[in-house]
Amino acid sequence: MDEPQHVNISGMVNGSRFESEVEPRLLLSDFLRHDLQLTGTHVGCEHGVCGACTVLLDGLAVRSCLMFAVQADGRNLTTVEGLAGDELHPIQTAFHEAHGLQCGFCTPGILMSLVPFLRDNPDPDEQQIREALSANLCRCTGYQNIVAAVQLAAKKMRA
Amino acid sequence: MTTTGTIGSLIGESAPRNEDHRLLTGDALFVDDVHLDGMLHVAFVRSDYAHGYLRHVDLSEARAHLGVIAVYAADDLGDYWAPGPLLVPPPPIERCEFRSATQVPLAKDKVRHVGEAIVMIVAESRYVAEDAAALVEVHIDPLPPVATTEGALADGAARIHEQFDSNEAAHVVQEKGDYEAAAAGAAHRIRRRFKMDRGASAPMENRGIVANWDEQGGELTVWDTTQAPIPIRNGLARMLGLPERQVRVIAPFIGGGFGPKIMMFYPEEVLLPWAAMQLKRPVKWIEDRQESFFATTQEREQIHDAELAVDAEGRILGVSDSFLCDTGAYNPYGLTIPINSQCTLLGPYAVPNYWSEFRLVFTNKPTVTPVRGAGRQHGVFVMERLLDLAASELGIDRAEIRRRNYLPPDAFPHDHEILYQDFAPLVYDSGNYEPALDKALEMIGWDQFKSELRPAYEAEGRSVGIGIVSYVEGTGVGPYEGARVTIQTDGRVCVTTGVGTQGQGHFTSFAQLVAGPLGVTAADVDVITGDTAKFNWGTGTFASRGAVVAGNACHAAALAVREKVLMTAAAALGADHEELEIADGSVHVRDAPDRAISLGDLASLANPLRGAVKPGTEPGLEATAYFGPEHGTTASGVHAMVLEVDRETATLNILRYVVVHDCGTVINPMIVEGQIHGGVAHGIGNSFYEQLVFDEGAQLMNASFMDYLLPTATDVPHIETAHVTTPSPLNPLGIKGVGEAGAIPVAALFAQALEDALGSDVGEILEMPLSPNLLFKLLHGD
Repeated sequence: MDEPQHVNISGMVNGSRFESEVEPRLLLSDFLRHDLQLTGTHVGCEHGVCGACTVLLDGLAVRSCLMFAVQADGRNLTTVEGLAGDELHPIQTAFHEAHGLQCGFCTPGILMSLVPFLRDNPDPDEQQIREALSANLCRCTGYQNIVAAVQLAAKKMRA
Repeated sequence: MTTTGTIGSLIGESAPRNEDHRLLTGDALFVDDVHLDGMLHVAFVRSDYAHGYLRHVDLSEARAHLGVIAVYAADDLGDYWAPGPLLVPPPPIERCEFRSATQVPLAKDKVRHVGEAIVMIVAESRYVAEDAAALVEVHIDPLPPVATTEGALADGAARIHEQFDSNEAAHVVQEKGDYEAAAAGAAHRIRRRFKMDRGASAPMENRGIVANWDEQGGELTVWDTTQAPIPIRNGLARMLGLPERQVRVIAPFIGGGFGPKIMMFYPEEVLLPWAAMQLKRPVKWIEDRQESFFATTQEREQIHDAELAVDAEGRILGVSDSFLCDTGAYNPYGLTIPINSQCTLLGPYAVPNYWSEFRLVFTNKPTVTPVRGAGRQHGVFVMERLLDLAASELGIDRAEIRRRNYLPPDAFPHDHEILYQDFAPLVYDSGNYEPALDKALEMIGWDQFKSELRPAYEAEGRSVGIGIVSYVEGTGVGPYEGARVTIQTDGRVCVTTGVGTQGQGHFTSFAQLVAGPLGVTAADVDVITGDTAKFNWGTGTFASRGAVVAGNACHAAALAVREKVLMTAAAALGADHEELEIADGSVHVRDAPDRAISLGDLASLANPLRGAVKPGTEPGLEATAYFGPEHGTTASGVHAMVLEVDRETATLNILRYVVVHDCGTVINPMIVEGQIHGGVAHGIGNSFYEQLVFDEGAQLMNASFMDYLLPTATDVPHIETAHVTTPSPLNPLGIKGVGEAGAIPVAALFAQALEDALGSDVGEILEMPLSPNLLFKLLHGD
C-alpha cells in the first residue's frame, strides 16, 4: 500500500497559531488531543452523542469527533485549555462552587457547550438549561448540580 | 488532651473539592492523555459470532501492512496464554456447587461472546492498526448460541464450556428457619415471577491501558483505567514473572467506574504490558464506545420466582425465592452478584423464615461483573414488589406495610443467619428505619397526595401516581485499606492511599478526615491515590467502601501524626504536651499565642540532618495506618416519587423525587448528595431507558449511544435529599457507604408509582427495565 497522503493545515487554537501536516482522515478530536497535545478535550463516544469532545469553532460549539482536522484549516478553535485567562472563567468557578462535576471526564465538553449557550441566553430558566445540557451526557452527577452550576454561572456573568 | 476544636471537626462540612481545578482546566491526566515517545497503538479483531469454533485466522495481510509492528493471535502468546484468575472464589456456603470458567487473553479454539478478542494488532497509529484489523481473516464455525438465561439450562442447549456437563456455573441454597412450615399457616401467600434485564455501566471514559517497559531501569509502568491499581500490579507481576517492585501501576484520573473497571483481568490488561515488554516500546490501547458495549463487563439479567407469606395484618412470615442469574460467557467474579441479590432481598425487614436458591448460568453474552448496585437492585425489586402486592391484597397502605415489618431499633446487631458476599455472616450493624420513612412521607406529602392531590389530578384527567420504597445496602466491606499521612516542610499535609478514585471526591473527603486532627483546612491537604509506587497496600474502590475503609485509615494515620506533632512541639516550645493546641497550621501554647511553631518547621525539626536522636525515633511527622472492618456495614434509606404518565405518548414526567438516606456519619454532605443524585439517575436509566437488547443469536442490537439511551438532563428530575444518621459501630468514625445507594431501589419505586398512576389499565409491573415502547404497549396493546 502507498504512503498515505498528507495535507497542510493551519489556523488558530486558544490564541496561538498552529501549522500541521495531517492525513485527511484524521479526526479533529485526535488532532487536538494527540498532535497538538491539548488533551483537555475528551473523547467519549466518537459518534457525536456524548458531547465530551465539544470545542468552539469560530465561537460555535462543535463535536470535534464528528469533524476532520482538515475542516479546521483556516479556522479559529478554542478548547477547554483556552477557557481560563489569568483567572478561571466564571463557568469554571461556578462548576467548582456548585459541585457540578464528579469524575470530570464529561466536564470540558459541557463547559465548552455552555460558552455559546450563556452568550446567547444570559438569563436562562431551568427548562432551557436542561434542554441545552441534554446535548451532553454525564453519568456521575444526575445533572442536578450541573443545572445549579449553570444558574450560578449565568448570575456571575450577568453581574 | 485539650485542643481548640474537636478532633475531626471538619467532618460534616461541605468543603469544595480539591480535585476540581485540574478537571475544570483540562490539566487532569486521564489514561488516554499519556503520551510517550515512540508509542505504538493497539487495535483488536473481535468475534462477530456469539458462539463458535475458531478454526483459523489468517494474519498474513495484516502483518504485511505498512506501519504494522506486530500481530498476535492466541498461539503467538506461547506460555503467556492462560485464562484469568478466579477473582472472587465462592464464600464457604454449605450448599454451594460452583464451577469456574474465566476469560482468556485471546480466544483459542472457541469464541463465547460477540466482541471476544481474537487478534491483537500493534501499529504506528491507531488508524493503521484498525486498517490492519480489517485485513485479518477469521474463520469461525458457528455453534447454536445460548442467548437467554432460561435457554442456558434448556434441554439440548449448546454447552458453552465443554468441560462441564451443562451451562450451570453455580447452584446455591441459603436458608433460615423453615419457610414451608411458616407459609403453611399464612393468611396470604403471594407468588410472582420477576425479571430484570441487562444494562451497560457506561462511564463517559471508556477503558484504556498504556504500558511501558523501561529496559534500563527494569521497570514496567502501566497506566490503567482500573478501580484497583494495587491488585492489578500484583497480578501483572505474577503473570509476567517479575517481582512486584518492578511493576508500577498508575490509575490516574478515571472518568467514572461504576464497577466494571474493577473486573480483573481484562484481556487487554494482560496483553498490553506483555506486548510492551516483547516490543520494548510503549503501547497504548483505548477502548472505543462500540467495543465498550461488548468488551466491558455488564450486569443485571435475573429471573426470580418468589413467594411472600404474610399474616392477616401483613406481617412477614417468610419469603421463598428461586432465581436464575446470568453470568455471561465467563464467571471471574464468582458469586458476588447473586449473593448480593439473595442477601439484599431481606431489606430492612424482620424475615423470620427465608429459603433462597439460585442458579448462576453461562450464556453467550458479554461477561457479567458488578455494576453499581451489583445485584442488590434485584433483591430490593422482588421484596418491595411483593410487599406492594401484599398491601394491595390486604388493603393496607403501602407505607404502613413497610413500617409494620421494619426491624425495630433495638434489633441490632441483627444476624440474618446467612452468609454475605464478603464471606462474613449477614449481620446488620445498626439501623433505625422508621425515622427515614416518616421523613420521606412528610417530604413527599404522602397523606396530602392521597387526600387532595390525587382527586385533583383525576379531576383534570391526569395520570399521576405516588410510590415509596425502602432498602438496605451492604457497604464498606473488607478486607482492608491503608493510608500514610505526612506533614511536609512547607506545612502542607500529604495523604497517600491505595484506593483508586473515579470521581467520588476522595481528594476532598480524605483531606477533611486528615485536616481536622492536624489543625489545617481541607485545602491544605494533598491526596495521592492510585499509584502503586506511592503506596504499596490496598484492594480497591468497590462495594461503596472507599470512605468507610480507606477513610478510617486516613483518620487513624492523622491521629498518629497528631501525637508526633505534639511531642515534637512540646520539645521545641519547652511546654507540656497538655498545654498545646493545634490550629491554623501551627502549634501554640494555650493562652500564649507567641509561643508557637508552624507544622512545616516542626516537620523540619523532626528530620534532623546532624546530631543524635533517641534510639527508636522515627524521622519526620509521618504515620501509616490500616483499617479492616470485621464485616460490612449496612446503610439504608427510603425513596419516594410522584410520577405522571402521559397515556397517549407513554412518556413520563417525574414531578417529585425524594431520597432520605442513612449512611451513618456524613463526611461531606455535598459529595454524598452528589453520589445520590448520580445513583438515582443511573437507576432511572435502568428503569425506563437503558436496556441492552440481544437478538436470538446473542447479537447486541443497540451498541451505540444513538440506540442505547442514557438519561439526559431532561430525563432526570430535581432530587430532594435528607439524611438520617445512625452511625456504624464497626468503625471509629461511624461511616457507612453511599456510592451505590442511589441506584438500588429506583426500579422498585418506578414500578410501584407507575401502577399507582395507571391503576388496573396496565396490570402488575414485574419486569424492569420498562421503556417508552414497552409502556406504550402496556397502555395501548401491540
